[in-house]
Amino acid sequence: MASTTTPIISSEYVSPTRQRVMGFVFLGIALAILVLFAMQVEPDQLTTFKMKLPRSEVDIPNWVFSSSLALNILWVICALLGGYQLVRGFEKRTNLVLGLISGMFIFGFLTWATSGDSLNLAGLLRNTLLKAVPITLGAFSGILCERAGVVNIAIEGMMLTGAFVATVFGSLTNAWGGLIAGVLAGGVLAWVHAILSIKYKTDQIISGTVINIFSVGLTSFLSARFLAQPEYSYLNSPEDFEIYKIPILSEIPFIGPIMFERNIFVYAMFIFLFVLHFGLFFTRWGLRLRSVGEHPKAADTLGINVYRTRYMAVILGGMMAGFAGSYFTLGSVPRFDELLTGGKGFISLAAMIFGNWAPIGSLGAGLLFGFADSLKNNLALLKVAIPSEFLLMAPYIATMIVLAGVVGRGQMPAADGQPYEKE
Amino acid sequence: MNETKEKAPQKNAAQIFFEEMRGGSVAIPILAIISGFILGGLIVAITSDEMYIAFQEGSTVLGLKIGFNEAVEAFKALFIGAFGNPSEIWAAFRGGDDIAIQAAIKPFLETLVQSTPFIFVGLSVALGFRTGLFNIGAEGQLVIGSVTAVWAGYAITGLPALIHIPLALLIGALGGALWGFIPGWLKAKTGGHEVINTIMLNFVAANLTFWLLKYPMLAPNRTDPISPDILDSAKLFRFFADEEMRFHIGFFIALALGALVYWFLFKTKWGFELRTVGSNPDAARYAGINPARSIIIAMSLSGALAGLAGANEVLGLNHNLAPAAATGYGFDGIAIALLGKSQPLGVVLSALLFGTLRNGGNTLKRPPTSVPIDLILIMQAFILVFVAAPAIVRTIYRLREPEEVEEGVFVRGWGGS
Repeated sequence: MASTTTPIISSEYVSPTRQRVMGFVFLGIALAILVLFAMQVEPDQLTTFKMKLPRSEVDIPNWVFSSSLALNILWVICALLGGYQLVRGFEKRTNLVLGLISGMFIFGFLTWATSGDSLNLAGLLRNTLLKAVPITLGAFSGILCERAGVVNIAIEGMMLTGAFVATVFGSLTNAWGGLIAGVLAGGVLAWVHAILSIKYKTDQIISGTVINIFSVGLTSFLSARFLAQPEYSYLNSPEDFEIYKIPILSEIPFIGPIMFERNIFVYAMFIFLFVLHFGLFFTRWGLRLRSVGEHPKAADTLGINVYRTRYMAVILGGMMAGFAGSYFTLGSVPRFDELLTGGKGFISLAAMIFGNWAPIGSLGAGLLFGFADSLKNNLALLKVAIPSEFLLMAPYIATMIVLAGVVGRGQMPAADGQPYEKE
Repeated sequence: MNETKEKAPQKNAAQIFFEEMRGGSVAIPILAIISGFILGGLIVAITSDEMYIAFQEGSTVLGLKIGFNEAVEAFKALFIGAFGNPSEIWAAFRGGDDIAIQAAIKPFLETLVQSTPFIFVGLSVALGFRTGLFNIGAEGQLVIGSVTAVWAGYAITGLPALIHIPLALLIGALGGALWGFIPGWLKAKTGGHEVINTIMLNFVAANLTFWLLKYPMLAPNRTDPISPDILDSAKLFRFFADEEMRFHIGFFIALALGALVYWFLFKTKWGFELRTVGSNPDAARYAGINPARSIIIAMSLSGALAGLAGANEVLGLNHNLAPAAATGYGFDGIAIALLGKSQPLGVVLSALLFGTLRNGGNTLKRPPTSVPIDLILIMQAFILVFVAAPAIVRTIYRLREPEEVEEGVFVRGWGGS
């Protein structure tokens, strides 16, 4: 599109149009908090957030506050930020402020929904984190592939196969054996994807579609043929990863039990976040990987082996998807069922786009999508008149809005999806 | 892309046939199907207990033979499940008893029933391919088409069947068209890639449908999400009175649409514009064709075809709508369009193959073979690999390289250009 062809002088540059649009978006959110939430609560209603996880030993008092006061503070802050954005602009910190304001909107929503009632905030946040794990790890898989210029819509299939293989090997050996096998299974499928799309220059969407169909077929076939049969049921009871309490950190009130009393998948997500962010943007490896995805010809001229770099990136991405898939059976519910990933791979794809092809953004998107998913149970309890189906739709619609460039165009790799032909 | 046949007029038919066979435009799909079946058979063999028992008893030859037999038995079951038992059919026609004939040809007619939605979604994806668009959202368009069609089927009353049926089909097509129009419009106006947007819309459609069936469209006296039954006047005509014989007029509607799509793509100005945009958007722009308009038209029509698949299912078979888990029709449509080289005739033939596999698979999964139906998905994936990467098939079967580039690159980056 036109906007990507104009040379961008500095990454910190924010166009005046975007500044104004964002300003109105901020003000719109302020107005929404005022009209939808603040004006809907009685002045004397209280919001009660339970800060103690269910079945946790550490006792934390409930957080009780006046609903209308909190909501009024929220909309005023949003309005002030919006006004500042319109007049002066936050420049490169615009996205940060957008995140902040979105957070305030969500908090406002919870405050309104809980007014005169109580909600276990700790439980909600823990569920959000757990639901974000496979989505975020899947998005990391997509980032690795697409930053190198290979579109991967087969995250779903790689996750599914990873989950299946992890189950079988986790049952035969132990959790670590299952994890390694699951990761390798994802890597093997990615290797096929790489051969098809890099060597044979098959359309990458078709190649991804093939892997998705194949994965569904193979795992369902083997599951029906073996795992579901009583005489083979020993193959479907993997050892799963225990919860590992991180010393000291798990003692932090409120945050500790939510974040630091989890299994290795949650910790791995944060480690991968750091490694990927640092690796992609601050090392030679990352620069090469990204250059292959942005302008393979230029990278080739500089002596970077485009094919090898792409192979490596895609296979690493597949292993990441296999890791994400292993979470389902080794880190969540220790058994495999047909189609158990249930579209999480496609949500990952959405999270990757929503997170602007960046690890930190993807984690943010993963948490947001995970939040929408876990909120649906709470809303039913709180008797809020928003059907859970609409909450589940929200991530997809949000991604389409982001992709349409309404709130600023994402920076996708320029050569994403294009096979490279060496001359 | 496929007009190469007219080059050398002096060759006779046999020569052209062999040229085609060796050059690969027909050979590739056929060899891909054969390879898919061989690999499917291999999977049946290596997952059968009997073969391993024979191996353990010490005889490799016997083990291989048993494995081979298992595969042959599976395909025999698949064939009989899809086409009926030849000897039974022969005997029934010899006997001349109507009921016996019906029973004998029932599997074959059921295959046609199963093929019908495949024809629609295959045409839907093929129309997109021809315009250089990747409609991965036939699934969602199908779902929306079935919702709108079932609504038209029960909510609009007092019409004769002759008006009600076409109207319900049309409303189903319009629902799908809307679901195709959205990503088309987004692509044309903002450059947002249709692959992402159609995937997203698939999930939106599934959730929206679930909500619609739970609340506004819930059948009276029901608590599980399901729509009311459609009126008799909206049901597609069935050729047999027997409830078990589901063969209905939808199959012929699908065939007619195949012809219509062919006419549209290759005989009309709009079709020409669409194909030009698909093969070379820059040339199209120089020729004064508006690519944005073509993209929107193509996606809407593609959606309409997928919507008809959904309408066909509810008006012809189920007569009501319950939320289904992902049917997989969207991905099947991609496979069918690729296998059929995005030619309407090829799409119809591929759809018949997929219908055969689907219907035969239902027999396959029952005893005595008891092979899970998911085998056909694996076979479809293999077939698709070989069609999508013809170089693999050429290497295996030592075919000649074609002189012309045969596949266009559909993906031009997520952002479009």
